[in-house]
Amino acid sequence: MKKMLLATALLALTAGASAAQTVRLGTEGGYPPFNFIDDAGQVAGFEREVGDELCKRAGLTCEWVVNDWDSIIPNLQSGNYDAIIAGMSITPERSQVVSFSQNYFPPAASSFVGLSADADIHGGVVAAQVGTIQSAYVAQSGATLLEFPTPDETVAAVRNGEAVAVLADHDYLVPHVAESNGELVFVGEPVSIGGGIGMAFRQSDNELREKFDAAITSMKEDGTLNAAIEKHFGPDSTKF
Amino acid sequence: MFNFCADPKSLEGFSWLLCYLTSVKHISFYWSFLTVLVLLAVAAPSALLFGFGGALAARSHIPPLRWLGKLYTAMVRGVPDIVFFMFFIIALDQGIEWMKHQIVCPDWTEPIRQGLEFRVCPQAKVPLGSSPQIWHQVYGFALAVFTFAIVFGAFAANVLYGAMNAVPRAQLETAESYGMTPRQVFRRILLPQMWTYALPGLSNLWMILIKSTPLLFLLGVKDIVYWARELGSAKTQAYAYPHPDWRLWYFLFLLVAYLCMTRVSETLLARLARRLNHGQATAAGEAMRRATQ
Repeated sequence: MKKMLLATALLALTAGASAAQTVRLGTEGGYPPFNFIDDAGQVAGFEREVGDELCKRAGLTCEWVVNDWDSIIPNLQSGNYDAIIAGMSITPERSQVVSFSQNYFPPAASSFVGLSADADIHGGVVAAQVGTIQSAYVAQSGATLLEFPTPDETVAAVRNGEAVAVLADHDYLVPHVAESNGELVFVGEPVSIGGGIGMAFRQSDNELREKFDAAITSMKEDGTLNAAIEKHFGPDSTKF
Repeated sequence: MFNFCADPKSLEGFSWLLCYLTSVKHISFYWSFLTVLVLLAVAAPSALLFGFGGALAARSHIPPLRWLGKLYTAMVRGVPDIVFFMFFIIALDQGIEWMKHQIVCPDWTEPIRQGLEFRVCPQAKVPLGSSPQIWHQVYGFALAVFTFAIVFGAFAANVLYGAMNAVPRAQLETAESYGMTPRQVFRRILLPQMWTYALPGLSNLWMILIKSTPLLFLLGVKDIVYWARELGSAKTQAYAYPHPDWRLWYFLFLLVAYLCMTRVSETLLARLARRLNHGQATAAGEAMRRATQ
């Protein structure tokens, strides 16, 4: 612990020398409670809180950039922003094109949600957001995959009957189910996919990734990360 | 905006709606209409300028210039707008940064292209990574305007080229016989007369330009379509103003807004057409002459 503090302090000091460095954080802004645009037009949610704290600990000035999910990795590679913090699960496929920090959100369950508890999630039409671990899961599950560019549209597809169910992160779906007055229900058992959620960096950007890795470690150690998870996802959520 | 909006969750009925429609996010939505109008106001004249240049080049007596003009119109007109937009924005952005990189970081040793990554030195980023978000938005908007101008310029070039050829040869011959130089013939006879032939084509382009403004959204500029989608999507209790999926209403509003824009344009263009046709030796000019007799 003492070593850790020292390391963080050192990091803060060295970072102080180059305080002018601005890091641009790319996020989707449509995935509450992870990240969303609040009614003041600002990026808000769990990742906003964690991201700001990480930047503070790493001694960086951070700027939030909203980018469509579809093009979030290509735009990182072409340098429109320096890191992705958008509820992105760590997967081997993605690791081939970007380099991930350690996870700042533990491996979490994905759930099916439909209009009735007996919806056919194995052979029917299942909605998922394009380019997610959930869409990959549905594609090889035997069900017919129906993809949408935003998470919101996947839930809307279930409501209007285009799909029998949606597969998404459990934590994203909980508020939708809770506030649907019984219209939406969880279907079947949650599935465990993905290796937790991490920040994604350009593969050539090791220095920056290490800074954030150290900051995540320090947030894990002093419990602030768990506190943030509990604040945004409720007391029953998986923690570190 | 209003004092009683401080606690949105306690509001109901009309006051809820009033607060909802005046939230900061909605104000951004209203301002984004200005973004679209600014785009139209800047892109249309620039496209006309590109078109004029393209038409002149295509008519030129110097072969390389003529080829260039023809190539420009053929290439842009032959590629789907959306492909051109996606390709051109990325290529232009990287091209600018690459050139700046060559100037400001001559000693940079690392390769710029590393696999899929495009990395110029931090000083060569346009705009700089440290500049405020507003400059990134302005830059993105400028790239979008430039792309619109290039694409619509190619169509305008063809329209103007056709219009210049449509001016009766007898008019130009008469001018020549008065001893005007080719330059004078162009400026005094051809240019003023070609507009009546160009207007139908140009007004078409203007309408298409209005309708293509949602492409801004594809280019990452937060235009009215972006905000309509963002505001209309279902909102949970995580937001200050939770509501179900209202995209239908927001898109309906956009539909009406676009119809208003095109309707106003049509009226103005019809007025302009009447003015240009006045006294022309064309069927439209003849019809006007008869109507006033």
